Amino acid sequence: MRGAFAKTLTELAAKDSRIYLLTGDLGYMALEPFAEKFPDRFINVGVAEQNMVGIATGLAEAGFIPVVYSIVTFASLRPYEFIRNGPILHQLPVRIAGVGGGVEYGHNGATHYGMEDIGVMRVQPGITVVAPADAGQTKTALEKTYDLPGPVYYRLGKDDRIVVPGLDGKFDLGKTQTIKKGKDVLLLAMGGISYETAKAAELLSKEGIEAEVVIVASVNPAPVEDLKQVLSQYRQAITVEAHYASGGLASLVSEVVAQAGINCKISRCAIEQSPDGETGGQGFLYNKFGLSAEAIATKAKSLLCGVPA
Amino acid sequence: MVSLPVPIGLHLAGPKGQNPPLLAVQSETNHVINNLQVNNLTTKSSKGSTSTGANMTGVKLRKTIIEQSRRAGVGHIGSALSVADIVSCLYGKVINAKTPRDPERDRFVLSKGHAALALYAAFAERGWITEEQLNTYCGDGSQLGVHPEHCLPGVDFATGSLGQGLSFGTGAALAAKRQKSDRRVFVLLSDAECNEGSVWEAIMFAAQHKLNNLFAILDLNGQQAFGYTKDVLNLSPMDERWKAFGWDVHVVDGHDEEAMAAIIEKNSNVGDKPHVLIAKTTFGKGVSYMESQIKWHYSPLNEAEYELAMTELERQS
Ligand SMILES: Cc1ncc(C[n+]2csc(CCOP(=O)(O)OP(=O)(O)O)c2C)c(N)n1
Ligand SMILES: [Mg+2]
Repeated sequence: MRGAFAKTLTELAAKDSRIYLLTGDLGYMALEPFAEKFPDRFINVGVAEQNMVGIATGLAEAGFIPVVYSIVTFASLRPYEFIRNGPILHQLPVRIAGVGGGVEYGHNGATHYGMEDIGVMRVQPGITVVAPADAGQTKTALEKTYDLPGPVYYRLGKDDRIVVPGLDGKFDLGKTQTIKKGKDVLLLAMGGISYETAKAAELLSKEGIEAEVVIVASVNPAPVEDLKQVLSQYRQAITVEAHYASGGLASLVSEVVAQAGINCKISRCAIEQSPDGETGGQGFLYNKFGLSAEAIATKAKSLLCGVPA
Repeated sequence: MVSLPVPIGLHLAGPKGQNPPLLAVQSETNHVINNLQVNNLTTKSSKGSTSTGANMTGVKLRKTIIEQSRRAGVGHIGSALSVADIVSCLYGKVINAKTPRDPERDRFVLSKGHAALALYAAFAERGWITEEQLNTYCGDGSQLGVHPEHCLPGVDFATGSLGQGLSFGTGAALAAKRQKSDRRVFVLLSDAECNEGSVWEAIMFAAQHKLNNLFAILDLNGQQAFGYTKDVLNLSPMDERWKAFGWDVHVVDGHDEEAMAAIIEKNSNVGDKPHVLIAKTTFGKGVSYMESQIKWHYSPLNEAEYELAMTELERQS
């Protein structure tokens, strides 16, 4: 997604001279095409994420569209209050691009995980929050949101190779994307882990269980109507996210269910514990946190066993 | 591994023995340990093994860094090589710690957490981790990740998010003062980290509170992840900046272990200012093709590069 984001941004910048790219000393082997094409609109502000958001706020006030770029946690948590008091309070078109959501930075350990970015961002009504599922959706999402008047937060995966089957680059603000129809259980996924979710649905299919798979990439504005509609058709739904269980997709979906009074039970596949210092690759951590395709499928099966058809 | 009984408050003197320990404290075995004895220690102490790390050298750590980076297929190699002599100096000559969790140990914060492999290499030399553990570096389920995790004994503070370590260290130094302990705190910072405003917040606080038990060691290699510091945010004159903020400043060759150890021993708990060693270093030091190359911030080693690096380091041993 990172590559698709950089490529699409470079294309947009060719057409729109308001676009600036600011990095917090990151993006080696990713941002060079932009930097080489638009050296005057590319600034490495140094390892200084708070300052970076402040600078972007000043640029945006004068009519520019600055994109700030760092690893998820350094792009969201570190400068959080700057984001609130800058672009959100002033409703300015700053774009915050965080790379490596969830535990994608596996071996780098706890300081590099992004497990609460969606939670802290979506509590702010004044910012658009987008968590694309793959590279194709990243491209469309950026094209459709880059010139919104207010701020936007993008949670981007590092991986550009994964393709979520059936998504075909679709994205609309305030909408979900259904990538597989089903009848037995509903799987709702956000971000890069949508791929694992699609795989889980395949595993379930092999066992005769048809899961419906819905992608939630537009987190703010939340796709409330789409969610209401699909949740009303199911008694059991599982939310899947590489994020803490509180604040992210599970919370969003639970709010919709509670507010609309829908009779659907929500189960969560999410990170339920603080990191304990044991590191490993993303695959290892997905297993550890119950986020692998197998774990998602197992959870779906156990739910269906407990519920009379 | 058994630790050499180094008592609280003992500060090893400089390499030539001119600097007496600030506190003459007797060890459990009733000798006053001074620098000469420590420097003369072989790998065998009276208890059959040592964990003082007296034989540690930067080159030894570099070999481990290259070995492990190659085995694990990960980067940040140049960043670790840059500080190998600093880490070797601290863990081989300076840091008093009977055990990695001894409450009266000197504290260490690797604020540039991405150089953790240099730290693990030193832990291995000191016997705090086994060879077997070292070989889990960047494996699934390991406590030895790219950045230091607190669960690993010896890691006083988990780091990896740049610009936080000096604040942790400043608090630790204040705690030592309030507890009337002579233990010291060492914080190893990178130069690009000084882009973060939080670093300067800690600098001001430490000076205000006269934390003369606090040593910042600044790895001035002139490089960051996406450029040279002079092209991103010019940091010079670094010494003048720290001086202006009220610190006791020492500009030093960051590859000269003896010189750094001498400055530290001479200034521990001395004066009314925190101390900073502005350590001039070469990024990628010791491996010719890595030196001062941005590529070696992230790039892992291939087999040919590995062989060449080991050959070069062998020549330096
Ligand atoms: C808060 C924060 N922002 C960004 C990063 C990503 N990052 C890791 S190392 C680095 C800069 C490397 O330069 P320097 O800190 O001088 O270390 P050196 O490579 O010289 O050891 C950056 C930006 C980080 N770890 N923490
Ligand atoms: Mg540097």
